[in-house]
Amino acid sequence: MSAALGAQPLVDVDWITRNLDDIWAATAVHARFTVIPVLAGLAIAFPLSLVAVRYPRLYGPLLGVAGLLYTIPSFALFVLLLPFFGLNDLPVLVALTIYTLLILIRNTVEGLVGVSRDVVESADAMGYRPAARLLRVELPIATPVIVAGLRIATVSTVGLVAVGALLGFERGGYGAFFLDGYARDFFTPQLVGIVGCVALAVVLDLVLVAVQRGLTPWTRVAR
Amino acid sequence: MITFDAVSKRFPDGTSAVSDLTLEVPGGEVVVLVGPSGSGKTTIMRMVNRMIPPTSGRVLIDGQDVANRDPAQLRRGIGYVIQQIGLFPHRTVADNIGTVARLEGWDRPRIAARVAQLMDVIGLPAPLADRYPHQLSGGQRQRVGVARALAVDPPIMLMDEPFGAVDPIVRTRLQDEFLRLQAEVRKTIVFVTHDIDEAIKMGDRIAILSNGGKVEQYAPPRELLSDPANDFVAEFLGEERGLKRLALIPVSEVAAEPGPVVRPDDHARRAEQVAGAHGTDWVVVVAGDGRLQGWVSLHELEPGQVVGDARVRPFALSVRASDSLRAALNAMVTSRTGVAVRVSGEDRYEGILTQEIVSKEIR
Repeated sequence: MSAALGAQPLVDVDWITRNLDDIWAATAVHARFTVIPVLAGLAIAFPLSLVAVRYPRLYGPLLGVAGLLYTIPSFALFVLLLPFFGLNDLPVLVALTIYTLLILIRNTVEGLVGVSRDVVESADAMGYRPAARLLRVELPIATPVIVAGLRIATVSTVGLVAVGALLGFERGGYGAFFLDGYARDFFTPQLVGIVGCVALAVVLDLVLVAVQRGLTPWTRVAR
Repeated sequence: MITFDAVSKRFPDGTSAVSDLTLEVPGGEVVVLVGPSGSGKTTIMRMVNRMIPPTSGRVLIDGQDVANRDPAQLRRGIGYVIQQIGLFPHRTVADNIGTVARLEGWDRPRIAARVAQLMDVIGLPAPLADRYPHQLSGGQRQRVGVARALAVDPPIMLMDEPFGAVDPIVRTRLQDEFLRLQAEVRKTIVFVTHDIDEAIKMGDRIAILSNGGKVEQYAPPRELLSDPANDFVAEFLGEERGLKRLALIPVSEVAAEPGPVVRPDDHARRAEQVAGAHGTDWVVVVAGDGRLQGWVSLHELEPGQVVGDARVRPFALSVRASDSLRAALNAMVTSRTGVAVRVSGEDRYEGILTQEIVSKEIR
């Protein structure tokens, strides 16, 4: 093994150029398996957060459940979900979605609760109805905290996607390269997977930062 | 007109914030609710716009029970300013000021015009319109808060320590500007403060509240200062009650005395006669056109000398009709003559004010 390793270069550029199509395909899969769970997680976390803000007594139990789910090892969760969804994309997507909930619920609730009481009270006194107050006052002000949650959820999901390859190469994004490289004792695919994961996380993070800057112009101006 | 009709408020924990309050806020007047913390003043104010519902009793605006009004609609017709200001941090100054106009569905040009007008009225430079609240000074933020409350020209304003968060110099300026503005716009205002001096300065009427929202006395400031209803009120008004009262009485309300007046071309003998008749050892020198020149001490007047050739000392301070008796008292104690000299806008002599005149007003 060590002889073979010693013989191969650290990066086999030839392999990369030959497999560019596969690398792009894996990138697309990896991105899809990141973005869908995060968006689905937000769609679930947001209404739950509103309920938790409205009924603070529910916040603790809600976080407890989300935290409990978060501790289940990913591969175990995939397998647990298999009987319900069958061997397709769904167990992976559902599991990844579940993992985003803890962070998204916590940040959405903290963001909304963190809006100054004086501001909320002023909004009431100006004559905002509750829904308009939420949409046009509380939500915009909570946006930086909510987006911070989205950023953490996104980056951590990028890391988790690879495990999905265990349920089939086509569902693991770069994960397929890790398994392939391991099986063949060939380092280049693994390196491509690692670099790809980091690059994807950075790109998605930058997108979120840009979105937040666009949504919250007031955070950009100096004093 | 705002009417509190037998209003009580008990909070769920059993504390009674307001008990059986009956009070009328006349239209166009500033009524100040003042009292120590726990006297329910903020609670009373918030019952007007239904931010806090009364446990019993009614709050009426122009005879209509506010409990029958849609809260959001009701509040858009009532300006609201609080010490913490509560500006929307995510909106520019212009958008903050335009908030209620936007809720009321005004079109953009109308909102923009109104915002520009209000910024002018309230003394905010136009370039600040695009700034965010965190870019403003404390005083500027307070101004934005007031402008926002005035946006749709509501007939009623609720103000809870609106100038409490700025330093004393800025506070005095904001108070003065607000009084000038109020003299024009004549809003019906419920003003909450714990500072009795601010209450005396701002209020047409003052309600002094004690613990549990009990009204100890409800009267115009001058009446409050001259006839405090009980020890609580007297103590709350403080030891300098007489001086505070003097600050509210304009010089024009008391009759000035003619005083020992001579002309610059009068001789020393004449000056001595005039001073003698008034029981003073000095005379006021007034020119032929009525202009005040100063005063001359008899001790510095040579026999046979013309007054105008002697040493004519200027009065360091003089008072005008619109000044307060407190200013007159200050002029007295700082002048060697012991009196305050009253002049017109063109510096023409109008008479003197003595300590007897002032102390008659204190008693």
